[in-house]
Amino acid sequence: MRTTFFLVRKEFLQIFRDRTTVFQIFMIPVIQLLILANAATFDVKRVRMLVVDEDRTTVSTGLVERLEGGRQFRVVRYEPSDVGVDYALLDRQVTAVLHIPRRFEEDLVRRGRAPVQLVLNSEEGATAGIVQSYATAILDSYARELDRTLPAVRAGSNTVRRVAPLDLRTRRWYNPTRNYKHWMVPALMVSLTTIIGLLLTAQNIVREDELGTLEQLNVTPMTKLQFIAGKLIPFWLIALVIFSLGLLIGRLVFGIPMRGSLLLVYLAAAVYLIVVLGLGLWISTVTRTQQQAMFVAFFMILIFLLMSGLFTPVESMPKWAQLVAEANPVKHFVGIMRAVLVRGAGIETVGRPIVGLAVAGIGVLALAVVRYRKSVA
Amino acid sequence: MRAFLGFVRKETLHLLRDRQTLAILILFPVVQVLIFGFAVRTDVEDIAIAIVDPTPDIATNQLRERVATSDRFHLVEVVPGTQGLELEFRRGTIRQALVLPRDVERKLGRGDSLPVQLLTDGSDPNTGGIMQGYATAILQRWYRDAVPAGGPLRIEAETRMRYNPTLESAYLFVPGLIAFVLTLMSALMTAISITREKETGTMEMLLVSPIRPTAIVAGKVIPYIVLGFIGVVLVLVAARTVFGVPLQGSLLLLLAESGLYILTALALGIVISTRVPNQRAAMIAALAGLMMPTLLLSGFIFPLDSLPWPLQWLSSVVPARWFLTIVRGVMLKGAGLATLWQETLILIGMTMFLLAVGSRKLAIRLE
Repeated sequence: MRTTFFLVRKEFLQIFRDRTTVFQIFMIPVIQLLILANAATFDVKRVRMLVVDEDRTTVSTGLVERLEGGRQFRVVRYEPSDVGVDYALLDRQVTAVLHIPRRFEEDLVRRGRAPVQLVLNSEEGATAGIVQSYATAILDSYARELDRTLPAVRAGSNTVRRVAPLDLRTRRWYNPTRNYKHWMVPALMVSLTTIIGLLLTAQNIVREDELGTLEQLNVTPMTKLQFIAGKLIPFWLIALVIFSLGLLIGRLVFGIPMRGSLLLVYLAAAVYLIVVLGLGLWISTVTRTQQQAMFVAFFMILIFLLMSGLFTPVESMPKWAQLVAEANPVKHFVGIMRAVLVRGAGIETVGRPIVGLAVAGIGVLALAVVRYRKSVA
Repeated sequence: MRAFLGFVRKETLHLLRDRQTLAILILFPVVQVLIFGFAVRTDVEDIAIAIVDPTPDIATNQLRERVATSDRFHLVEVVPGTQGLELEFRRGTIRQALVLPRDVERKLGRGDSLPVQLLTDGSDPNTGGIMQGYATAILQRWYRDAVPAGGPLRIEAETRMRYNPTLESAYLFVPGLIAFVLTLMSALMTAISITREKETGTMEMLLVSPIRPTAIVAGKVIPYIVLGFIGVVLVLVAARTVFGVPLQGSLLLLLAESGLYILTALALGIVISTRVPNQRAAMIAALAGLMMPTLLLSGFIFPLDSLPWPLQWLSSVVPARWFLTIVRGVMLKGAGLATLWQETLILIGMTMFLLAVGSRKLAIRLE
């Protein structure tokens, strides 16, 4: 115990002596969280739109007005015909082109339906899908509006009808204001803590190896377990501090909800960090140079983050990838954070993933202890 | 010149000697493309939905049928009442619920109002919105067929997706990945290999040699330029053969732009290396400092158009943003220099600026 304590103390001294690193460890996550939380949003606003209106009637102008009325579209150009439209898309001057054909109003009045054409730049696919759904929603509501205001003209061509009106009420639970930050901030906290924690541990042992100080530690009577524990504890504490900073910022700056138990969040964080830091230490024992350790850590982080459901939903991945993602600790922790903070889930929901993380943590630590050799090859 | 070539040779040998790192450097970009091309998707499928139907009849059965046979939904259960729904939402076993009123068939026949409630797990606003859109669409189609002819007015939008007609995720992520992998690898490799010499003390030996400091740095980055290039080519081949990502524009232009971008990233690495004392700080700066901004402020995953203006401004100093526009332009849209000259000029400007800053700060003496 005392031995481990000394090692912990030594690690702390070594880290806090290095001002640049201390600054980086605590400031990078904080600054990034503050800035990036605003960037991580699929909420599409002010889509630049080009309108080709060949109809030029009250109804077609009304449609353009409705599109401009919301905050999603901004009509930046009007063209009398399709000429030059392609280049505007290619050059990214506009993202969407709305083409209202001739006889739009006439068709609506006579046949009750009329087509419009919407061309979207889909090089950023996710965006295109969202823009499309916004546009369709606006078109639908405009059609409903016309349904009430146009019948004077339609009455002649239509027999009296008595149709049950569909009264659809939609409700979105847990995030009614559609605040993307509530969804992203808990996950961004996880990713920033993970990046720092994994990098620090992955680099740690191999650095001592490179500098030659590992041999000095190896000749001490310290056991392998004590050694790994001494390496783990300081970073575990540092990571928990970073995590708490993140929670604080999330609460104070972004006002993210904390519907579930904070204690549960910390329990999950404590267990999760053991897995991540254990992985880092394991990387550090199997690599020979800091450079190698960094690359392994880098690619591991990248795969962990992008396959965690952090940015793109896990449910959208193909089945095999979802299975692979089950082995991804980040996925589970991101899931736990969102479930507890946003949906207010309790132990009955997140108990299983926490136990899973605990098992993984023990496994990873065992691996690191076994892989670490006190003798020089 | 001979001294310089000798130095480049030394650096190359350094790199080639470390087989493990070399394998990682060459293999990983390809592995990344494969994994992400397959796994990173934004389309929403298999939505777990529950239908609350207190009095099942022919009309509601038709609706149930439609939901069950749709690819987008996975009908988990049909229950008579709403009790227990909330728990299932919280557990995540269902993500949507469609609550129908009593006697749907009779209401339709008599022309009464049909109050339907659609509950959606909106904790992820984006996915929530998409799910709501899908469910509304299926409900409205069912409704249109269930009510007698006539029906309300309709404006039918015929949508065309230019440049990526099927919204194939791989088309989006491959260009992004090229930018991402190049940024981090090139910047990281340079930053580390320079700080490493500092840390192990060999930098002093190099500095007392007759080679000029700028030549030292140039010699250090040349092997990595080659390596970065190999990476780009491998990624392009993988993207092409496995996912059929098109290359609409000129290959030569794409390679030239990639070469330019590798230089930008290397210059970034040099700047980092001049500002940090050791490898650890270099790594944290290059990875923790660059990874998230490159991921989030480049348009790789999240659209830039909707950012508030301070962030839009901030994103314009992220080199990956410009490179991404170029790669997407060349690969998906077949754009040429005529449309991409601005982005190219910006990258050239950034590279010169970074190189200038880097070489000015380059320590002739260590302390």
